Amino acid sequence: MMAKHKTSGGVVLLVATRKGGWLFHSDARRQSWRVDGPHFLGHIIHHMVLDPRDGRTLLAAAKTGHLGPTVYRSTDMGSTWKEARQPPAFAPQPGGTGRVVDHSFWLTPAHGAEPDVWYAGTSPQGLFRSEDGGVSWSPFSILNDDPQFRAWMGTAQDGTPDGPMLHSVIVDPRDPKHLYIGMSGGGVHETRDGGQSFTPLLGGLEVVEGFDPGDPSFHDPHCVRLCPDNPDRLYQQNHCGIYRLDRPGDQWQRVGRAMPEAVGDIGFPMVVHPRDADRCWVFPMDGADVWPRTAPGGTPAVYGTRDAGEHWQRLDQGLPSAQAWWTVKRQAMNGDTLDPVGLYFGTTSGELWASSDEGAQWTCIARHLPEIYGVEAAVTG
Amino acid sequence: MQVLIPSPLHGYTGSARVQARGATLGALLEDLDRQFPGIRFRIIDEQGRMRPHMRFFINQVAVFELDEVLRETDEVVIVQALSGG
Repeated sequence: MMAKHKTSGGVVLLVATRKGGWLFHSDARRQSWRVDGPHFLGHIIHHMVLDPRDGRTLLAAAKTGHLGPTVYRSTDMGSTWKEARQPPAFAPQPGGTGRVVDHSFWLTPAHGAEPDVWYAGTSPQGLFRSEDGGVSWSPFSILNDDPQFRAWMGTAQDGTPDGPMLHSVIVDPRDPKHLYIGMSGGGVHETRDGGQSFTPLLGGLEVVEGFDPGDPSFHDPHCVRLCPDNPDRLYQQNHCGIYRLDRPGDQWQRVGRAMPEAVGDIGFPMVVHPRDADRCWVFPMDGADVWPRTAPGGTPAVYGTRDAGEHWQRLDQGLPSAQAWWTVKRQAMNGDTLDPVGLYFGTTSGELWASSDEGAQWTCIARHLPEIYGVEAAVTG
Repeated sequence: MQVLIPSPLHGYTGSARVQARGATLGALLEDLDRQFPGIRFRIIDEQGRMRPHMRFFINQVAVFELDEVLRETDEVVIVQALSGG
């Protein structure tokens, strides 16, 4: 979806946590926030997304303790929820030998020309599609069962601590059949034929030393974003650095090399500016030795670029200056589409931070939440 | 027969004790799903296997197969064995 340039209306933050979901509402000034929640207290909510096409359909990917995964749907901003009639599930295989969806991890509304279509990425890696606004889901594309892709996906042993996952489902706003997906592990891939085939898009990406960068199995994209005002440009926060890709080229450039050496370019989330493809933001974390993946030196900062990654500026006004060992997960940082852009991130220690001026100044708007998995910002009204 | 439902699934049934029918445990779960749509997928995965930590007891005896035969007088208890923090 192309981002709309809005200067009025309000903003809602959709905060997904390990113990439920919260909604934070504000007006366009974004100076004060009204909390609504918890929703689904005790449920593991991996992602909550508001459909920008209708401004009212809200989906939440949920798992409840040991119960199977599901998706909840609301059309009244969370006042009432209804469970999906058919949640994402792999195709049954003879003898019960097939894979099982542990949880839906990533939700993406599809192209504007397909108003009720959504995509879901799951753990383990799977891609699913709903054509009725999230009520029923079916396996989508060749990805789930193709032997080559299954090999590239690896096993649970190869995945992240929360399980291997398919994420960063991106729809080209010019072409509903052109999608990008990321798999941890398994790399970045694109389809131009609506999922009938996928091509690895790995040129220029590095992998952990000693492994073959030509093998998608060894690639770990953490978060891939497409620039709304220039859909030929993508940014990626990878396990091995920050990258930019300009299509039709197929070689990622490691723009994270321009980050300060003491900070590095390791992290999980990536946020792009809604109207300026030269701008994006990251939240660097420590990738040294045993990979703490906490704010380097315990001094958290967002870093932003205004020139497509040639240079990066530290944005830490208002953030703690010491002893803040934060981790921000890949879905837990996002921006709105107002002017100036609002930026938001949530920590695994349950703090929610906001900036209404593109990162120049930060304010904590909630503490003591459960571990934050996802933060989505949506403009309302 | 009477089926005791664990609290995480009361959102489907509205109560802890419900009545359901079936010649086997699998058939009983199908009947539960007819009465309470969606409940079966939360406890049985898409490959037809009991989800981890979901336990089933017939007359106080643990069972592990969905083709376990049931009689009308049996009592079925479904338990979610909680773990973790």
